[in-house]
Amino acid sequence: MIQTQQLSYAIGNKTILEDVSISFQPGKLHLIIGPNGAGKSTLVKLISGQIIASKGTIHYDSKILKTLSITELAKIRAVLSQNIELAFPLKVAEVVMMGRYPHFTSKPKAKDEQACQEAMEFFDVSNLAHRDYMTLSGGEKQRVHFARVTAQIWYPIENYCRHLILDEPLTFLDVHYQFHFMHKLIELLKQKDIIVIGVVHDLNLAAKFANQILLLHQGKVLANGSPNDVLTKQNIKKAYQLEPVFYKTEKTTYLFFE
Amino acid sequence: MKQNNNYKSLFLILLVILFAILIISIRYGAVSISLEEMGSSIQKQFYASDQMTLVERIFMEIRLPRAILCVFVGASLAVGGTLLQALFRNPIVEPGLVGTSCGAAFGAALYFALGATFHFKTGQWTLPIAACLGAFVSTALVFLLSQSRQTGKSSIVSLLLTGIAINALFLSGVGFLSYIARDPQARSIVFWNLGTLSGANWASVGIVGFSTSVCVIIALRYAKHLNALMIGEEEAQFIGVDLKRLKWIILSINVIMVAVATAFVGVISFVGLIVPHVLRILKGSDNRFLIINSAVLGGILLCLADLLSRMLLRPAELPIGIVTSVVGVPIFIFLLQKKNYFF
Repeated sequence: MIQTQQLSYAIGNKTILEDVSISFQPGKLHLIIGPNGAGKSTLVKLISGQIIASKGTIHYDSKILKTLSITELAKIRAVLSQNIELAFPLKVAEVVMMGRYPHFTSKPKAKDEQACQEAMEFFDVSNLAHRDYMTLSGGEKQRVHFARVTAQIWYPIENYCRHLILDEPLTFLDVHYQFHFMHKLIELLKQKDIIVIGVVHDLNLAAKFANQILLLHQGKVLANGSPNDVLTKQNIKKAYQLEPVFYKTEKTTYLFFE
Repeated sequence: MKQNNNYKSLFLILLVILFAILIISIRYGAVSISLEEMGSSIQKQFYASDQMTLVERIFMEIRLPRAILCVFVGASLAVGGTLLQALFRNPIVEPGLVGTSCGAAFGAALYFALGATFHFKTGQWTLPIAACLGAFVSTALVFLLSQSRQTGKSSIVSLLLTGIAINALFLSGVGFLSYIARDPQARSIVFWNLGTLSGANWASVGIVGFSTSVCVIIALRYAKHLNALMIGEEEAQFIGVDLKRLKWIILSINVIMVAVATAFVGVISFVGLIVPHVLRILKGSDNRFLIINSAVLGGILLCLADLLSRMLLRPAELPIGIVTSVVGVPIFIFLLQKKNYFF
């Protein structure tokens, strides 16, 4: 479990995130939404250990994030952002194997090979294993990186929960891939006891797939809970300054704007 | 693992080629040395060193140390290039980029210019020490100036740009010194800046060999981290790379290797740029593979260049830096045109 207590982050006089106290539970898909500049990326960077909070603490299970070393952290949490470009040509299998780097010193063990193979099968990239990464399409590239980050946390680590943190990984992908990856994440959560935290822009995507939604507005938590509780007319109007129209079916609620 | 066998076979082929080039490079020159003479010279070295013929002496005291020094210097420059290209995530980076070779050139120029003016006593080590000091000073300057005043961190881009600026500064220093120097010294400065292996002896072989081997072994330990850097600086940290530490270690290795090699032979360009490229085209970008094989291929190329530099204007000698540039530039332009490989 990840828990933040009164988390604040400021650059100079400008407060970007203020007093955020939330928790993320295993087995759930947590999606973070909010308008541009609400502090979504900052929150995700704080949680992943990329930047250090000005105030407040973050707990990874019983440990404080600050006390974990870069390598310890790499064994229990994987991070994926958008649009990763390689500087040099590399085979897909080699890119996926990078996910296992925190787990071996010089040569991959059988366990690492297996994790990569299974993760590649899970994201349907096994047939691309020997292709040059640079020749892949955008959607294929992102599938490779999903395989890489899941391979990183493929096996349970004693005393720790594993976390997958996604910073807008779907932004440049088409609808087909956005749904594809969301379904895959739900499937992954059923198979493995991990925490998935993601930043998305598409409110309908959040409404359809999230177990928990965190709505940020001006660096503060505006709402946190189930999609139905968070995606209310009042909250959305306040955050996005647009009048929402709801269209409800048996399965989900769809959002439109006037 | 098919890939691993593939890597090994290339390594063995390169080793065989290196050995062949080494023999050819020793065999030919102003005086030809036959294989029998090489054999007898090695035998006499251990049992009867005072009975050596002139040709045997040329082999033992000139050709052999020169050829071996070539291999070590070539290895240093090529591995340095591989390391910096990986660290900067940029395929067109040279090992001298962080100011090392220009600093060495300035140190050497200072030695030539001041030595003639003040007539102070100099031994065989003064020049390499001056060059090495120059290299360390200029590189340290690049490091310090590239640190951001706000965060104390040095980003890789600012390191690169500072390197370019400091390079320009030290080159103009070299230009100034060769302008004010009188003729024999001015010629020495020019000659040194084009590189030469004519000063090779067993002591320089020992020193360059030691620094090269130690640095390559340390570099190999960080091959995995450099690989991780290929997907980006942030991403590398997410998979457990301590970026700050890695940067310092790789830059230090590079500076030591390149400064020591340059101190003995002068500035030799293009080897560090081209060797990693050729290997990447042959077998991909895994840094473990690149480091090991660029050491061997760097040795091959510099040995070959040295042979050419001795043969083309026989019995006079062409500066080796001219040979590497003349051969290197067309290869480099050819590589640049292969766009799909770069971006």
